[in-house]
Amino acid sequence: MAIHPKEQRLILKYADEPGYTPSIDSYLEHGGYDMLKKAVTMEPQAIMDEVKKSTLRGRGGAGFPCGLKWSFVDRKSGKPIYLVCNCDESEPGTFKDRQIVHKDPHQLIEGMMISAFANNVAKSFIYIREEMPHGAKILDQAILEAKEKGFVGDNVLGSGYSCDIVVHRGAAAYICGEETGLIESLEGKRANPRIKPPYFPAVLGLYNCPTIVNNVETLCNAVHILDMGAEAFTKIGRPNNAGTRIWCVSGGVQRPGYYEVGEMTLGELVYDICGGPLPGRTIKAIIPGGSSMKILKNGERYTGKNPDGSEYDWGLEDIPLDYDGIAAAGSMSGSGGMMVLDDTVSIPGALANLMAFYSHESCGQCTPCREGSLWLKKITSRMVHEQARPEDVDLMLDVAGQIAGRTICAFGFAVAWPVQSYIAKFEDEFREYAARLSDPNADRQAIKELACNG
Amino acid sequence: MDLKPETLAEIEAAIPKYPEKQSAVMPLLHAIQKDQGTLTNEAAEWVAEKLGIAPINVLSVISFYPFFRQHQIGKRHIRVCRTLSCAMAGGAKVCDRMLKEFETELNGVSPDGEVTVEFAECLASCGSAPVMLVDEELHENLDEAKAKEICDKIKAEAKA
Ligand SMILES: Cc1cc2nc3c(=O)[nH]c(=O)nc-3n(C[C@H](O)[C@H](O)[C@H](O)COP(=O)(O)O)c2cc1C
Ligand code: SF4
Ligand code: FES
Repeated sequence: MAIHPKEQRLILKYADEPGYTPSIDSYLEHGGYDMLKKAVTMEPQAIMDEVKKSTLRGRGGAGFPCGLKWSFVDRKSGKPIYLVCNCDESEPGTFKDRQIVHKDPHQLIEGMMISAFANNVAKSFIYIREEMPHGAKILDQAILEAKEKGFVGDNVLGSGYSCDIVVHRGAAAYICGEETGLIESLEGKRANPRIKPPYFPAVLGLYNCPTIVNNVETLCNAVHILDMGAEAFTKIGRPNNAGTRIWCVSGGVQRPGYYEVGEMTLGELVYDICGGPLPGRTIKAIIPGGSSMKILKNGERYTGKNPDGSEYDWGLEDIPLDYDGIAAAGSMSGSGGMMVLDDTVSIPGALANLMAFYSHESCGQCTPCREGSLWLKKITSRMVHEQARPEDVDLMLDVAGQIAGRTICAFGFAVAWPVQSYIAKFEDEFREYAARLSDPNADRQAIKELACNG
Repeated sequence: MDLKPETLAEIEAAIPKYPEKQSAVMPLLHAIQKDQGTLTNEAAEWVAEKLGIAPINVLSVISFYPFFRQHQIGKRHIRVCRTLSCAMAGGAKVCDRMLKEFETELNGVSPDGEVTVEFAECLASCGSAPVMLVDEELHENLDEAKAKEICDKIKAEAKA
């Protein structure tokens, strides 16, 4: 994909360069593994301090500070420490880890080995979703190459430190992206998320040993933090939002795709880089960080107070494109999977599409999530295929309200937030829809195609 | 269980990769399903025996993960993404086209035994929506015409 001049590429710097391949030769020609060579001459604690100082936040969804996560690892238990790279990439709207794995797998391996060395990890795993079979093969091949050169495996670069990386394939279940579900899956079980406490991965993770779970993009950043130093890293982006981020834009824009950027506004990404809406259309709403995040409505003002007391008053396009900016607008930057909905998209139809997803993907352990997601699917599906009713809005809010915060894992929020936020922002459209589609014989072709649920 | 030598080799290589044997359940199931097309109760018992766990622990894995199956499907496995970005870009029409070309229904086996068409959830390629997987191959930026081309190719390969 062509690189847009407004991009600031760090992680995807070489990925789209003509002639660049996933082979170790390409990577080495571009300075690959130099930072691992540097790392093994450093004190592990110094690497951890650098990552902490960098203020790097997790790119997988929650945005938790990486250095802080590493500092929670139980190092006194005497048990082996495991590192798991989360390459499940199944949050709808997200397709960034795919680029790294397919085009520059050695960067991930280097990032993992630096992180493993820093944390004295005994063994590492990459959990990759089943639907990326080529990605799994590319990683296997890359690990083989890296072992031959002494970057992975026994006695890494003669340092005396040893760590292997094992690629583990999923089997098409979204919940394997949730870190404790992932751990269960890696243990050879159903991916039922674990209850926290006591099962914080840093203490009781894989095989009940201390475990670090980090996203692909997060781990790649370790390479660049060592390269440029924490201080320089924090200069990219606003304070507390350090580093570049790879945004995945899909839906109603002229140039959908993945874009790695530093500090900018949502409008710069969507209008300048992605070219704005298709001709003759307007942007209606944006789901900023994967389908689980609350929707942002175009035309609305986003107001509030900054930590320093000053006030902000943004339109959709003014929202700072980072963790704190999107949070201040009432949503989350999540996995960076941005879905743009233009004026042709029906909000009830979009909700029906997503509720089919969530009810299919609930692991089924918690009654509110299992039953609630199914009911939300049934209601939204009836609205599309048979009849919409005026009371649907209240019914859906009632069901969603009984899920959020009453479940073992955050999937419960992922079900409830779309329902609650779509209704909060587009209640009029739901009511108008109910009036129009109360007639079972109304024309439903377009909405059926959008819901795509049967 | 009558497994190909390369499947057996894959299985023997997978087990020692993990600190605990049970972790090898999924790699073993992947290998066997690729070899046999499906995962029978006999396969579950075989895996259980191999890893020293109870058959129920293998069956519970098979029944949890959508990719593992206990039924046979067509020779080619077609999965059309149905999730929001693909749906906004016309994924439903692409899926319908595939079904029509093979005169089949969602999740069924086509009358000629060639394909099974299913919906998949977001395939992590939303920027080139709509997309589908044909076995291990991802096809992007689809429309009905491109879907038809893919069908023709599959049919030609079936005849060859
Ligand atoms: C339902 C659910 C699905 C998730 N899916 C993913 C995923 O596909 N990839 C990912 O990296 N994180 C995913 N996460 C977040 C992980 O639980 C975890 O926070 C993350 O991998 C930590 O890595 P990070 O700190 O580097 O972001 C998911 C979380 C939930 C609740
Ligand atoms: S919230 Fe849903 S997905 Fe998470 S553990 Fe409970 S049932 Fe499973
Ligand atoms: S929605 Fe189809 S690939 Fe993401």
